[in-house]
Amino acid sequence: MAVVRRGAPPDVTYDVTVIGAGVVGTAVARELARHPGLRIALVEAADDVGEGTSKANTAILHTGFDAVPGSLESRLVREGQARLAVYAAESGIPVEPVGALLVAWDDEQLAALPQLLAKAERNGYHAARLLGPAEVRAREPHLGPGALGALDVPGESIICPWTTTLAYATQAVRAGVDLLLNCRVGRVSSSGEAHLLTTGRGTLRTRYLVNAAGLHADTVDRLLGHDAFTVTPRRGQLIVYDKLARDLVRHILLPVPTALGKGVLVAPTVHGNVLLGPTAEEVDDKSATGTTAEGIAALREKGHRILPELLDEEVTAVYAGLRAATDQDDYRISAHKEQRYVTVGGIRSTGLTASMAIAAHVTELLAGTGLDLSAPRDVEPVRMPNLGEAFPRPYRRADLIAADPAYGEIVCHCERVTRGEIRDALAATIPPGSPEGLRRRTRARNGRCQGFYCGAQVRELYERGAEMGTG
Amino acid sequence: MRRERIVDVLVVGAGPAGLATAAGLAAAGVGEVEVVDRERQAGGIPRHCLHGGFGRLGMTGPQYAERCVAAAVGTGAVLRTGVSVTAWAAPLTVDTTSPRGLERITARAVVLATGARERPRAARLVPGTRPAGVYTTGELQQAADLHRQRIGTRAVVVGAEPVSFTALDTLRRAGVAVAALVTEHPRHQARPARALDARLRHGVPVLTDATVVELVGRGRLSGVGLRHRDGRTAHVACDTVVFTGDFVPDHELARRAGLLLDPGTRGPAVDGAFRTDGRGVFAVGNVLHAAEPARAVAREGTLAAEAVRRYLSDGDWPSASVRLRVAAPLAWIAPNRLTPDDPPGAFTLRTTEFAARPALVITQDGRTLHRTRSRRPAVPNRPFRVAGDWTGRVDARGGAVRIALG
Repeated sequence: MAVVRRGAPPDVTYDVTVIGAGVVGTAVARELARHPGLRIALVEAADDVGEGTSKANTAILHTGFDAVPGSLESRLVREGQARLAVYAAESGIPVEPVGALLVAWDDEQLAALPQLLAKAERNGYHAARLLGPAEVRAREPHLGPGALGALDVPGESIICPWTTTLAYATQAVRAGVDLLLNCRVGRVSSSGEAHLLTTGRGTLRTRYLVNAAGLHADTVDRLLGHDAFTVTPRRGQLIVYDKLARDLVRHILLPVPTALGKGVLVAPTVHGNVLLGPTAEEVDDKSATGTTAEGIAALREKGHRILPELLDEEVTAVYAGLRAATDQDDYRISAHKEQRYVTVGGIRSTGLTASMAIAAHVTELLAGTGLDLSAPRDVEPVRMPNLGEAFPRPYRRADLIAADPAYGEIVCHCERVTRGEIRDALAATIPPGSPEGLRRRTRARNGRCQGFYCGAQVRELYERGAEMGTG
Repeated sequence: MRRERIVDVLVVGAGPAGLATAAGLAAAGVGEVEVVDRERQAGGIPRHCLHGGFGRLGMTGPQYAERCVAAAVGTGAVLRTGVSVTAWAAPLTVDTTSPRGLERITARAVVLATGARERPRAARLVPGTRPAGVYTTGELQQAADLHRQRIGTRAVVVGAEPVSFTALDTLRRAGVAVAALVTEHPRHQARPARALDARLRHGVPVLTDATVVELVGRGRLSGVGLRHRDGRTAHVACDTVVFTGDFVPDHELARRAGLLLDPGTRGPAVDGAFRTDGRGVFAVGNVLHAAEPARAVAREGTLAAEAVRRYLSDGDWPSASVRLRVAAPLAWIAPNRLTPDDPPGAFTLRTTEFAARPALVITQDGRTLHRTRSRRPAVPNRPFRVAGDWTGRVDARGGAVRIALG
């Protein structure tokens, strides 16, 4: 097993190379790793897995109730949700089945609810139902005044997006996948039976190629000579509120989409925070992940309507993610047999939910282009460190602390992250490539003080870990 | 499985306030007094303030912290560090985590001395990217002075109050050039000599009426965007920015206990005897008023010790109180509840605007209780005090007492 952060790519011809180690790319690599005998590479431009769109989303495990019926997305979201729910339980990825309410605040939104209910039915989701204003209020006592009704979608859950990507990647690497980080693909050429990928670190040879480059999927597609779609980054700014706000909200409060736009959601997170967002802004820069005063003001205004008390709470993060939208209202997954190449484009905000189904679909497509797949085996299960507030964290576990006092030594006080967890993350199969990566693996520095108390010490631990050669 | 223990008084937080409370109680011989602190070293914020000016002798922060610790331990208080209070199991029972395991500690009285912190960039809603190189003074001091980490080459300091100038000193010691101090106020809020020294001796200007409106840079900070009150904008190149001041109480435990909070201070609402609205739960120090100097909160600790001792002997707890409310530009007042048996004491206030000789008007239900004009100016981010000699005129059954600038 290998995680390579520097140096030239190994001098071998891979059977399959996946470009992009986001939630989709890692899921594909993991799925392929179940087939013995394949040499697989997962190449990523950034210094860590999940560094692009996958790290900044709304962290919801969707039912797919509102997908376009009959679309590929609809099918893969539905299948993906079932698969990921099982996988999460096995792997220790925190999931909380809190359910969602689509709250109507005006007559137009109220009128849209029955259509959404019908759409859910057409998507094969039969548990949704309409709620009157009194029931909405009873279910969400802190809601702002004026809610007219809601669509109840009990199957929607919240999930940890960071742990999901990391679990896929960890399992893939342990099963023999080479993970090449800091390895941007600049050119693709062909030489007989193999693609030659020119990266910033040298050339990589591969027989089959999967493009899971997210925001850059169109660019990579063009390297292969295709001009099928253009990714238009859609920026979503989000505000994360401190865990003292968590008791204000019980469900994911989804907006009712209308002609006037999609609106913003308020959702609890498995880490015990509350999310407000996202905005939806078309931007032309694929690196425009900055937040804006206008965006923050617009979110606060909408948040004030939905959950007035939320705005009194401390904010722990304001961030922006880019969704890889295309001009078509569906995923853009296609196989090019003659090129031994599969494109996985246009994976939007549902990509986290659909990831395992996308991976299975892509594997089938690869087989269709001629890739010889042996019978799949079960790969070694992975057990991820728990970042979820609904499950016992190490600081509350007498057994763990008795066995190893490092789990009783809280370093990050706001998020109650122990020295033991930080040490484990630094020594893990895929160690973090930066203090930010450590934050996503442990939540250290993620709380209301943002490092006022612990920042220097967490950095110290990170640097010491990196020195020991784990980084 | 938790080890269960009982003590007479549990003090949460071993900063100057908590340690002084514990020292006072232990000296009075009230029984078993235990102080827990989640950090590995006791002493609170002064631990990482290398500058002088602490205590009457003007010693450095670490020296002062050590003296506070020695005073508490010397009188017989039990000090345990590396112990985090994680939850309440009952109104006077807390759950703790430490490397030695999980405990459940029950006390006859609990004193919250959990202190305050500076609000970080996110909480101030400053837009832009999320690069490295963004600090609060607290993190900066620990990184530069305790851990000797590399900070950067050129910094902007957000704020121009006393702590901002402290950050300036820390940066200079760490070899970081400082481009400017930036304050939204029309003037800095430190002693005049401090700002003069920064400008003349070190060439660091204070940019007034200005706000940091954007952070720029990928990976590492490359600059900040400023906007002046009159609409002018500017970009300042820097690889480090320090958000100073804007203190808020670390009130998590008070909130988790369901204690009444004061909307102004955001800390637990207390009366003149440091009593919260939870029987047996006291609060002292900067969790009540973020943030006052170490010497002031240590003095409070001594007073709080007396209040706790009295409670342990007579068991009295006020059943009713009158709230104190401030009007803008006043931000808060502490203490902020009045109870009939309150000891007479002074009140601390904060203003958000400068006032040369502020007149205070204190009323209850439309009746004027007190009028006074201060001879000293009211300055944002600096304490300004009013004596409590009017509290006898408060109607214990009346409405909230209102404090406004006249």
